[in-house]
This record gives sequence, structure tokens and C-alpha cells, in this order.
Amino acid sequence: MRPRTFEGGIYLLGRKEATQNKPIEDIPLPPEVVIPLHQHVGPPCDPLVQKGDRVLAGQKIGDTDTFISAPIHASFSGEVKAIEPHPYFTGTEVLSVVVVPDGVQEEVRLEVPDQDKLTPDRVRSIVREAGIVGLSGTVFPTHVKLSPPKERPIDSVIINGCECEPYLTGDYRSMLESTESLIVGLKIILMTVGAKKGYFGIGVDKAEAIKRIEDLTAREQNIEVVPLDTKYPQGSERHLIKAILGREVPRDGVPMDIGVLVQNVATTIAITQAVREGKPLMERVLTVTGPGIKNPKNLKVKIGTLVKYLIERCGGFEGEPGKIIFGGVMRGEAQFSLDVPVVKGSQGIVVLPKEMAEISSPRPCVRCGRCVKVCPMSLIPTFIVTYVMEDKIDEANAAGVLECIECGACGLICPTEIPFIQYIRFAKNILLKERKT
Amino acid sequence: MAPEELELVVSVPPHIREREEVSQIMFWVVLGLLPATLGGIYFFHFYAIKVIVLSILAAVATEALFQKARRLPVTINDGSAIVTGLLLALCLPPKVPWWIPVIGGFIAIFLGKQIFGGLGYNIFNPALVARAVLLLSWAEHMTKDWYTALKVDAIARASPLFLAKQVKMGLFQVDLTRFYKICLFGNPSGCIGEVSVLLLLIGGGILLWREIIDWRIPAGFIGSVAVLCPLLGMDPIFHVLAGGLILGAFFMATDYVTSPITPNGRLLFGIGCGLITILLRSYSILLEGVTYAILFMNACTPLIDKYIQPRRFGVSKGK
Repeated sequence: MRPRTFEGGIYLLGRKEATQNKPIEDIPLPPEVVIPLHQHVGPPCDPLVQKGDRVLAGQKIGDTDTFISAPIHASFSGEVKAIEPHPYFTGTEVLSVVVVPDGVQEEVRLEVPDQDKLTPDRVRSIVREAGIVGLSGTVFPTHVKLSPPKERPIDSVIINGCECEPYLTGDYRSMLESTESLIVGLKIILMTVGAKKGYFGIGVDKAEAIKRIEDLTAREQNIEVVPLDTKYPQGSERHLIKAILGREVPRDGVPMDIGVLVQNVATTIAITQAVREGKPLMERVLTVTGPGIKNPKNLKVKIGTLVKYLIERCGGFEGEPGKIIFGGVMRGEAQFSLDVPVVKGSQGIVVLPKEMAEISSPRPCVRCGRCVKVCPMSLIPTFIVTYVMEDKIDEANAAGVLECIECGACGLICPTEIPFIQYIRFAKNILLKERKT
Repeated sequence: MAPEELELVVSVPPHIREREEVSQIMFWVVLGLLPATLGGIYFFHFYAIKVIVLSILAAVATEALFQKARRLPVTINDGSAIVTGLLLALCLPPKVPWWIPVIGGFIAIFLGKQIFGGLGYNIFNPALVARAVLLLSWAEHMTKDWYTALKVDAIARASPLFLAKQVKMGLFQVDLTRFYKICLFGNPSGCIGEVSVLLLLIGGGILLWREIIDWRIPAGFIGSVAVLCPLLGMDPIFHVLAGGLILGAFFMATDYVTSPITPNGRLLFGIGCGLITILLRSYSILLEGVTYAILFMNACTPLIDKYIQPRRFGVSKGK
């Protein structure tokens, strides 16, 4: 049977060979960690500690009262050296807590009830207190997703095991190495939102993970493993739902509107660890990889670790680095500094050597239609770009610029090297500002 | 290496490219035209070579000249002027005087392309603009300078479409089915690129296989001709094989810049081309309708692009 998928998209080279068979490694104590107080969608946290305080690993160091937000925890025990603005992966600066680890790694945990006393509300409050957000890069607070309003019940929960970004293998390794936690996590989510059916949507390139999860869920009536085509961007929430359930999220809606909840692999495992062990989110699995890295690895990294230590840990650069990317090569953000900390949403660090870090030289569109063919949202990307270039933001809006999921497929294949995302983000910024006022 | 020495590129995603360059695309188009080009040279010898070389040289020289004059980067390396020149040559009769392809190449690039702003901005297919101008200005040369090296009878020497018109007007009786084989394998009385439909189909097949062109345009074009002919009492097989229909459907109508960008728009564009071709062949004084059909549909392209757009993800059909 052909694996299920969606319309549009593009078959990409996986480029995962360097790390897909390497087990996740821990890294030694870094000399300091820089923990930004804003690692989620929603307003930033206020610091709960002061310079000179001793903090414990897992201690809450930042929080706010807003519903859509998530607290921040210290990832090491040690002394707060400073609370100051620090470079952030998006290119801005964010107020951050600098902690110098003392090496003792004294930990505090959340209080959790016995498993049989677990209620949906209890799960939500634990997940909130644990600071869990969407770890695929969306960083949307997970407890919000776990709180669907009564009039919009969730019937299906999907665990996103696509990891369709080239080079990245952290989710794949986690599916193999933390399979039980992953399945438990799905069950916790099903219980919390009262959904009947759970799915694992996994790319067929991850055959081993499919088999392992299938074996462990063979007796579960309400859990199904769905092998998916390894097309990009299959891991996009909307396209995952389309492929598995055949439903389409309305263009200005969210999965909740059609009764679906999607969680990423790393997030699901974090939920299990928080609910079972009371462990707040203070570390994550990520892949440090790319042709510009000497010894690519999957690492379990404490939040706040600076990129330079990760690169050091992976044998340094291979050749001269040209581009350092937070996230993946399709959707990630290029960095100008190595002093940027890993945050909750960091799925990977990809280093491209100088010869691969090309500066595009855009030329006029030749209307080849390739961007139309690959666009998973069935937009006409080149028209949107033309409107934005001509400062016709309203036309760009009518052409669906706000529907763009920024998967980058159009930019990947464009023969005339048009920087689509640049123009699309520009238009989105203007439109979203207008909407606010 | 100390971090402060790093020279890092910061740009928007995606950070890798898996693109086909414009020059690569043009290379495939030239390769797709190669079988028919070689066929033309096989049938028309030196005459074909002369026209092809002059046309390409004129097109490329005009492109370079105008880009120089406008102080723009000279982009003759992208191969698009070569394609235009070759396409023009393939729709010229082999025995035209030397200045016809030269003027044609110049008009194609100047009037057809550069005057609009160069590649990507032109409204009409440059090669066909030139052909239309030549056809109107030097009709004598453009319709009579056939060449035949084969020893064939008078009927085979005449242009098949000319005969078809005579038959339709009741001036002449001839069985058109005898042209099937001639058009498919070697038609001596036609333009350089029209000698063999088989060779054109091989080239068109290459472009479809490489996904350089969208199948919807030739399918709509040829399909609508095949469906429409019987309705008008015309021989569908003859009209698909004769004249420049296959050359036009696979290589002219599929020009990216001047055809619609969406899948359904392309299908409609192809159907429109076929419809107008048959109407012209049937009701106008013209023998051939492909050139004007494609030019007319080129003009409709912005309209098609505006109204024929795919259903967007998450938007219900009723809106």
C-alpha cells in the first residue's frame, strides 16, 4: 500500500545519514548557561530570582500570570551571575538569566500524584508548571492545547513523527530510545482531552521506529501507527492531519476546530516525564549536524547551553563555516553569533560550510510554475512576492499570504532564486500589526 | 578559529537549494528540439543549417546588444535567446533568403522580449511574434519557399494544409489520409521543424519526462483539436499531424513566461489554443492557425491567471 500523504510538497534528500544511527549523548557541564525568559508564544516571563541567588536545577526562575505562556526553569544548580539581555536565536535580544553551574546538580521536582489519581485538570497544571511548550519549534504552550473548550471536543490525537526537515534526527532517535515514554505520553494526552483515538504519523523513512511503536502498541485498540510518505512538509500540522484523517483545518482556524490535537515526539516525551517523574522542562534532544560539523551527533542538551559548546562537543567545524542554523535547513534561522543559547524550541544546529552558504542573486520570475506545484497550501507564491515587491500588501493578503506556513519549498526549487520567505514575512508583519490596531 | 573571525551568512530560509537553473531548463528545451532540428537538417541540408545558425546568432546578438545598451547584465548565458532563435528557425521555410532569419531573430528579441523588459516580462512568445511579423511582411517567402530534395509527386510537394483548404473549398479532391505517414516520418513541404511529427514527439517526450513542461498544455491543445475536428467535419488525425501543431503544442505554447502558471489555467490555455487553431484553419483565409492561436492565448494569459486559481488549502469549495 502506498503511504498516505497530501497534495503538493516536494521529495527532498533526507541527508540524515550522519546521525540517524547515533544514540543520543549527554554533554559535560558547560561553564555557564544563559536561560532566556521568553521561550514560548505569549508574553515573556518575569524573573523570580536575583543576581547572586543560588538556584536548583528544575527551580522555577521565571513566570507570568498570563494563560498563554509557560514558566522557565533553571537547568543547572548554581549561582545566578546576571540577569541581562542576551542575543537570542531570532536575531533580537531577550532578558536572560545567566547561571554558573556548581557541578552538584541538586534538583527539585514538581509534586505529582499517583498515576491512578491523575485527572485531566491535574495533568494540565503539571504540564503548565513544568513549562512545557511545543518542542518542534512552534513553542506554543502545551497546557493551552490540552485545554479544549467544551464546544470543540477533541476526538483524535496525532503524534507527529515525521521529522521531515533534512539532517535532523533527534525525534527519530527519541522514538527508538524512549518508545515507552512516548506511548505513555500519548495515553496521558488522550485521557486529558477525552479523545477516543490516538495516531502516530511517522515517515516511511523511519521504518525502525514504525516497527518498534507498532510492536509496543499492537494490543492497544485505540492507537494506530500510520506510515506516511517522506515528502516535505509532511510534518506540518495541517498536512499531517490531512494525510491521516483526510480533514482540512480551515485556513484561519486551528486543529482544535476540527477535533484534532497534534503533538510532537519530544513534547509528548516531556509530558510523560513531567507527569510521571515531576520533571520540569530543562533539557531537550537536538541534532548538531551538517557538512560543516566534524563529528555530528544527537545530544541531550540543557536549556541555555551556548551553541559554541555544542560545536566544541562535536569536534568543531569541518572546514570554514558559512552558515550556522538554529532549527533545520528548510525552516531554521541563520545565526550571526556562536553565543546564542539553546532554547526549548531548538530542534537542531546545522552548520553549512562556506561553499554551501550561498547568497542568492534573485532575478525576475520566469513563471515556470514550480512554486505553484510544490506549495502545500495551494497558493501562488510568485504572485504574492510580486504584490509585496510592488507594495500591494492588500493584494498579497487576498492572495493568501497569511495562509503561508513558511515551509520554504518554493525558495528551494526556484530557478531564479527569489527569496520568497523574506517578502512573505515582510507582508505578514505589516498585516498582523494592522490587525492588532 | 576564534568566533570573531567567523564570516557567517545570515539570510532567510530555506538554507539549501535543490533548484534547476534557467540555463539547465533551456538546455533541456534545446535537447528536446534536437531530434526535429537534426531531422530538418537531414531533409533540407545546408538550407536548414543556414537558417538555424543565422536565426540563433541574430537572436543572441540582439539580446546582448540591448542589454549592453540598457546597461544591464548580459544574460545570453541563460540560453533563453538560443531557444528563441532555434524555435524561430524551426518555424521558417528552409529556402527563405538569408535576411529573413536575421530580421526574424532581431524582431523576436527586440519586439518580442527586450522591449517589455527582458526574460520574464514579455507578454507574447518572442519566436512567434517574429514569425507573425515575417508572415505579414514577406508572405511570399514565408509560404512558398519550401524545398524538396525528395523525388515525390506534385501532391506530396504541396503543403498539406494548402491541399486541405482546397479540399474543404471543394476545389480539389484528394485523400488526406495519405498524408498521415508523410507528416509522421518526413514531410518535405513545410517549415524546418515540421518535417517529422515523430521526431517532435520524441523531443516533447523528453521534456515531459524531465518535467520541464506541463503535460496539460499539449494535452489540452492536441486534445481539443482532436475533439473539435470531427464536429466540424474535418479529419482530426490529419489536423493534429499537419503543419506546426505538434511543434506549437509542445514547444511554443509551453513557454513559461507567456503561458498560465496554474495547472488548470494551463489546461484551459491549451484547449483555447486548439480551438482557435481549428477555427482559423477552418474559417479564415489562413492555411495555418497555430501561430495566431498561441499569440491570442498569450494575450489571455493574465486573465486566465487571475480567474483560474487552485483551491487553497483549508478553503471550502463554496468559499
